Order: sequence, then structure tokens, then C-alpha cells
Amino acid sequence: MSLNMQKKLMLEVNKMKKIEAVIRPENLESVRVSLEKKGIVSMTVLEVQGRGRQKGVCLQWRAGEYCVEFLPKLRIDMVVPDDKLETAIEAITAVAKTGKNGDGKIFVYPVEEVVRVSTGERGKEAI
Amino acid sequence: MGMKISLMCSKQIFLAVILIATLANAASAAEESKIDTGDTAWVLISTALVMLMIPAVGLFYGGMVRKKNALSTIMFSFAILALISVQWILFGYSLAFGHDVGGVIGSLDWIGLNGVGNAPNPDYAATIPSMAFMMFQAMFAVITVVLITGAFVERIKFSAFLVFSFLWATLVYDPIAHWVWGAGGWLRNMGALDFAGGLVVHVSAGVSAVAIALVIGARKGFGKHVMEPHSIPLTILGAILLWFGWFGFNAGSAVTSGALASSAFAVTNTGGASAALTWMILSWYHKKPSVLGTATGGVVGLAAVTPASGFVTPLAAIAIGSIAAVISYYAMLFRMKRNIDESLDVWACHGIGGAWGAIATGIFATTLVNPAGANGLLYGNSALLNIQIMAVAVTWGYSFVVTFILAKVIDATIGLRVGEEEEAVGLDVSQHAEKAYS
Repeated sequence: MSLNMQKKLMLEVNKMKKIEAVIRPENLESVRVSLEKKGIVSMTVLEVQGRGRQKGVCLQWRAGEYCVEFLPKLRIDMVVPDDKLETAIEAITAVAKTGKNGDGKIFVYPVEEVVRVSTGERGKEAI
Repeated sequence: MGMKISLMCSKQIFLAVILIATLANAASAAEESKIDTGDTAWVLISTALVMLMIPAVGLFYGGMVRKKNALSTIMFSFAILALISVQWILFGYSLAFGHDVGGVIGSLDWIGLNGVGNAPNPDYAATIPSMAFMMFQAMFAVITVVLITGAFVERIKFSAFLVFSFLWATLVYDPIAHWVWGAGGWLRNMGALDFAGGLVVHVSAGVSAVAIALVIGARKGFGKHVMEPHSIPLTILGAILLWFGWFGFNAGSAVTSGALASSAFAVTNTGGASAALTWMILSWYHKKPSVLGTATGGVVGLAAVTPASGFVTPLAAIAIGSIAAVISYYAMLFRMKRNIDESLDVWACHGIGGAWGAIATGIFATTLVNPAGANGLLYGNSALLNIQIMAVAVTWGYSFVVTFILAKVIDATIGLRVGEEEEAVGLDVSQHAEKAYS
């Protein structure tokens, strides 16, 4: 088996997706609980700033106002096996949705490899 | 017989001793009666209260700049406390309060505090040691220079800032303090009233702030992107400490601890409160009741009531504070509209607030509050108002012109501004090799 073929096979076996979910900061706890109920516990949370259709917000100085064009958001990064992708997306949207602008977005990407640092496990085992 | 003579002699000696002792006692009693311990205690405490206002300005300003310049902005207040405290002892006090030379400046007689001892100086404060009065005034000199720093935050070179501060205290503060407060000063002789520094402190600093802001130029990106205050709680803490210290600033300026100090105390609090309330309502009318605005209003009201604090009633202070807030609020909007980066609105707060307060003194002053003062317009004397307006105009003009030239000279020689890259990185790292938050 060539190295290329070996790699292809690995990808077939270890089909995984990375989810980047941008959410409202106040929804973090309910999203975490919702995911945990579906058996998804590992994630990384980042404080980010962003804007979408709702754009920014206008605040005031000592006199007069100024507009901040980016709003504070949280981004949850996590990797799930392909068969859990829809479950994860549903778990997030179920609690993060208010129906208004600013609820956030979910991005999904293919993942090539995962390594658990403490044991050296790879692939789905390491998620 | 011999016994009798010696007895008489000893009786005379005894009487002589008693007489001498009594005279000596009387002399020292006269000496002691001049110094009032209550007055002295109050002025010393007031001095410490005003000292607290100095880093308070640093916190007040520090919260309003971006994170990368927080330390640099707070450092301005500390550095000036150190620098001008020494300048004052060496020659600043002598220039401001020394023997008058032509009504415009004090002589150098008191250089290094030579001759400034414990005996009271009735020209300034008849019941406290001269040393206490000197130290009280030292804090005024320091805080006035600190007020200006709001104009050039986030872009001044630290070395240029030190040179500017030292020369400004010498060329602008000391002469104006002499004109208004020094025995023989020409504005004082003319009858201008400035109880605690509306002209000397607030107008001079506020107007000088615009002058140096025009010379140093706007911060990079000013007007193009938002420069958010990085910590409003820090600013609020500064405002609270300023308010607290202001009791020493104004009520301490009575340089006695009796009725006048109490009246000034009440007037001060009322002026600050009225302006804070008015500013809160103004911001609410325009958008929402602003926290930063309410704190700013407090400071503006305190500044405005400063020159009037020992001459007006608490009811007058409501008018002075409320009107100050409205004028200053719109002065701030005007400054922004003109796109002048006088970054933290020293002019709108202190220049405008102080000028209004000095003019208001000419309207609301009454000898019922302070027999040593004068009556204003509302008490049938229009002359005082004219004098006050003239004093504001003179202080305004002198501060602007001298500061503008001074800033130009410093800019042409050592340069006022940091380099573009240093400004982008922030003054904390580029000027001090430190970070406020890691």
C-alpha cells in the first residue's frame, strides 16, 4: 500500500468534523448543558468580536455618542465524529436560537487528524 | 540693720525676677495666640486632602484612555507630584507668594523657603504657620499642572512632558497665582475674587490644555476610529476621590476652621451634586443616563463652584453647578464637532467650568457669607462682575499665549510627540517598558 493510499484509508476510517459555533455570550451555559446531554463534553471557548446583519451598537461618551461596529460574542470550537455532527448542530441551535439577528453562525470543516496529548491516541478515539 | 538691707535687696530681686518672668510669658503668649491650632489642623488635613486629588486625576483620566496608555496617563500625575513639589520648595512658592515685584510676580527672596518659617503671614493666613500655608499651596500648584495632562494623553514624549510641566508651572502658574492671590498681585489689588482657584487653577489649566493640544496635534486615527474609555470604573473611582479631596481644596481655602470653612464645605458639595444631577438628566435626554457623564458632571460642578465657594450661599451653588453642567456639556460637543483632539476635555470641563464659576462669583457673591469678599450683581454691585469678567479674559489670554509658545518651542527643540510606531504600541510600553494589564 502506498503512503497516499494509507492516508486515504485513515481518512475514511476517521471521518470527523470541526464545528465553530459563534453564539451570544449569555447562551454559553445552556449550549454546554444541551451538548453534554448528547454526550458531547469537549470544547474550547473563545471570546471574540464580530458583526453580522445586526451590525454594531451605539454607546455614549461623556457627551455625544459613538458606535462600536463589533459586538462581543463567544465562539465554541469542537471536533465531533461525522455521525454526531447533526446531533451537535441541533443541540446548539435548540438553545442558542432567539430568532433575532445576532444569534450567531455555525461553521463546519473536515478534520484530518486529532491527537490526544496525554496518551498519544489518534483519530476518533482522541476526541 | 544689715539683715534688713539684705532682706530688702532680696525682695527687690524677687520682684524683678517675677516682672521679667511675667514679661517673657506675656511675649510668648502673644506669639502663641497668633497660631490657632484648630485652623492649623484643618489646613494640614486639607493639604493632605488636596494631595489625594492629584493621583485621583490620574485615575480619572487613566480610565478614559485606551488600555495601552493607562499607566502612562496615571504616571503623569505621579511624576508632576514629584517634580512640582520640588520646584515649589526651590522657587515656585517665592515666585507666586514672595514679596511683590510690580504686581506681576513674587521676588526670589523666599528661594529655597528662605525666611518661610513658623510665624504666620497675615497677608495670607494670620492664624497658621507660614509653612502650613506654603504646603497647602504646593498641592494647588501640583494639581493644576496635572489637570492639563488630559490634553495630550496617548501621544506625548515623556521627556517633553517633564520639561513642559516644569516650565509651565514656572511661566504660567506661578505668575497667575501671584496676580490673583499674591500680596500686591495686580488682579487681587483690583478686587478680583477667586476663593479656591477658579482662575488660577481651572481656567489656566483648561485653556492651556487647548493650546498644547493644538500644537501636539491629534492622536493617530482620531476621528476615524473609536477610542473607547478602557475602564469607566477607574474613572469613577478618580471622580469620587476628587470629590472627597475637593472639601480640602475649597473649605481648606478658608485657611481657618470656622464658619467660612463650613459654608464653603456646604457650597462645594451642593455645586458638585447639582452639576452631576444636571449632567445625568442631559445625557438621559439625549440617550441614556450616563455613568461617565454623571461623574464628569460632578467634577465640572466642583470646578465651577471653586472660585465662588467662599463667597456664595448653597442655594447659589445649585444655580452655579447646574448651569456649569449645561455649558460644559455643549462645550464638549462643540469641541468634538470642531475635530480638535483635546483628548479628555480639560477645556470643556475646567476652562469653561472655571470661567463660568469666576463670572458667577461676580453675580452671586454676598458679604453675608464672607465679609472679606464683596457683593455681586444680585446684591446690587455690578462692578464686581466687570472685574471678574476682565480677570477671566486676562487669565484666558495669558494662559493660551504663553502655553502655545512654550509648546511650540519644546516641539521645535526636543519634540513633543513620540514616533508613529511608539504611539501605535502605546506609551506604557514605549515610554515606560511596562504594561498596565498582563
